[in-house]
Amino acid sequence: MKHKTFFWFILPSLAAMLLFIAMPLVSVTIQSLFVEHDQVLVEVENCTPFKCESSVAVDQEATAVLREERPLGQFNGLGTYTNRSHLAFAEVGEAWNASGSLYDFGAQLMNLPFYKALAFTITYTAVVTPFVIVLGLAIALGVNALPQLVKGPTIFCSLLPMIVTPLIGSLILFWMVDADGILGAALQRIFDDDQLSLKASHSLTWIMLIVYGIWHSAPFSFIVFYAGLQTVPQETLEAAQIDGATRWQRVRYVVVPYMTPLVVFITLMQLMDNFRVFEPIVGFSASAKATSLSWIIFNDLRGGDIQLFGSAAATSLLTILGVVVLLMPVLIRTWQEFGRKVV
Amino acid sequence: MNMMKTMAAGAAVTIGVATAAHADCGIASGDVRVLANDFPALHAVVSKAEECASSTVTFSKNHTTEHRDIQVAAMTANPSEYTTAIVANSSVVPLLNGGLIRPLDDLVAKHGQGLKKNQLITIDGKIMAIAFMANAQHLVVRKDILDEVGLDIPETYEDVLAAAEAIEAAGVMEHPFAMLTMSDWNLGEEFVNMYLGHGGEFFKPGTAEPAVNNEKGVATLNMLKALVEYSNPDFLTYNTGVVAPIWESGNLAMAQMWGSSMGQLLDDEGSTEEVVSGTLPVGAMTVAGGTTPASSLWWDGFTIAANISDEDAEATFLAMLNGISNEMVMEEGNNDKAVWLMDAYKPGMAAAGIAATAAAGAEPYPMLPYMGLLHGAFFAELPDFLQGNESAEQTLADIEAAYITAAKEKGFLQ
Repeated sequence: MKHKTFFWFILPSLAAMLLFIAMPLVSVTIQSLFVEHDQVLVEVENCTPFKCESSVAVDQEATAVLREERPLGQFNGLGTYTNRSHLAFAEVGEAWNASGSLYDFGAQLMNLPFYKALAFTITYTAVVTPFVIVLGLAIALGVNALPQLVKGPTIFCSLLPMIVTPLIGSLILFWMVDADGILGAALQRIFDDDQLSLKASHSLTWIMLIVYGIWHSAPFSFIVFYAGLQTVPQETLEAAQIDGATRWQRVRYVVVPYMTPLVVFITLMQLMDNFRVFEPIVGFSASAKATSLSWIIFNDLRGGDIQLFGSAAATSLLTILGVVVLLMPVLIRTWQEFGRKVV
Repeated sequence: MNMMKTMAAGAAVTIGVATAAHADCGIASGDVRVLANDFPALHAVVSKAEECASSTVTFSKNHTTEHRDIQVAAMTANPSEYTTAIVANSSVVPLLNGGLIRPLDDLVAKHGQGLKKNQLITIDGKIMAIAFMANAQHLVVRKDILDEVGLDIPETYEDVLAAAEAIEAAGVMEHPFAMLTMSDWNLGEEFVNMYLGHGGEFFKPGTAEPAVNNEKGVATLNMLKALVEYSNPDFLTYNTGVVAPIWESGNLAMAQMWGSSMGQLLDDEGSTEEVVSGTLPVGAMTVAGGTTPASSLWWDGFTIAANISDEDAEATFLAMLNGISNEMVMEEGNNDKAVWLMDAYKPGMAAAGIAATAAAGAEPYPMLPYMGLLHGAFFAELPDFLQGNESAEQTLADIEAAYITAAKEKGFLQ
């Protein structure tokens, strides 16, 4: 394709990316470097239906002048990134000096909101991603071996977890695992322990969220693998069969190598998606036991009466950084393969 | 296109004619756009205000539980997306901080003869909001269960603990107590209430520096932990929407809930005769030998946006006055939806708890510009303590550290 033609083809999506991805990213980066002006507070007398009392309020006129002078607020450099709500350099250093053992240091680290969230986010990503790939491939192989008649309905049913909106899916499950719900009550009966509660236990909440994540994402990898299976050359499979390969050997030595590019693709997508885990934490009301980086951003913006834009912006950029680090090995591999092909 | 216009105009005229018959609020013309939380009492107010719509007065409303999250952005716009926001003690603060609502003194002088003095919320001598209802959290008990174990109605949280222990020991219920302990804004509110009950101060006087890391803070945490021991282990997922149905199903004997939920517990829907007849709202408890109830008083009221024309402001003010009129209170079923501040209100059983709490001298929720940040730090750090992962002192230190970080970002602390 000529360069000019290519340019015209890509222009609309390039423009959209600039407008809706690049520019907000620049704006978020700038916001994360600023904090608000020092608030000018004045003593006031407040009266409510209950009583009058002296209190403080923000001086509107003085604040308006400050805003006029510097609309962005005070420049804070990387101060927001290193404060207690984010990378917490000072607190981490203190914990390192004060702690006697690595275990103790870890425990103190988990007391800081960012690292607590990072721990769950990484665990979730590291467990869900491989499970989704293996499970997806297994379902795809299973469905592919079904007779034509039941294939359609099976595919539809297998896709359901992905079709259901994440928030709704997690809410439904949340009610089912309630102590009075069908799953929660069943578990209590099986283990003969009426204090057993999936919502109350730390580790069970993590497991529940991870199981939910696998359940929700497996259909995606299933459908990609299923599409890939249709293109596996029948001749090679038949040749392997004639050579006496078992079904397992055919999968291991013919199908899986053929699927490698798809595995890379799904890994990329899943790493990105899972690192931004958010809906299940809200749906399961699990924020007391498990928080994620995306949840911290949400909490800064929607948790209370006052919004912390700078803090949310800093966490957003750290999340992007995290995704880039995670994807690095896969990207390097893709790049190397690209290089090989060109040569 | 022309046909569309004609149809739209026709529809507008029809609506105008249909509603003009309802009420004459004395509005010449203007736009009224309401942003409000989503619960029955506010529906009653806004629906009554809507009757002021006419061929010259347009009316629109948005009832949403997300109102706190959209109000600042919506009212910073010029002209403002809404002409009025219905707010409470805490949600008015961001609007005040941003200078997004206008003083109402001239409008009150011109039209507000029917308002009572205690409905006027004044900040620095200027009327900034008109309150119309009061709310507070207080205890509600099952009188029949307490009778069964031979105990009186509790007056202090120590009594509540004893009663819960007795009910558990008698095998009547496994988890007899609940409060609104969901690990979000709700949990922060429980700390605020209990800390006020201990007579605590949130900030060093006259500054934005936190002052909760003290003996009263430790006592507050320990009492909260002792209470949730008698609650279902799922307590960190408990908000009103969860606790009310459990109460109605008869699985709770005592609960700390909002006064505005009492109507739901006492009506004849969703529960059995046995539960409803035993349900009794009582005042807020005192704690640790103190005399101030461990609860905070709340008001709900309306404000008028700053970034709108004076004409729209006047139209909105008049429409909202109609919304909070005595006629609204006297309309079928409205009386018991809230503890109204208007004269026509006849306190019923559902209001008994709020009335008792206010009479016992509970403190109003602080209307400080930085209170919201401290509230956020409470619910971020409390779950660790309530789940037994760390000491009370550590949790209080964490609360102060989290608050200081946020307050620095907002410019309240250097």
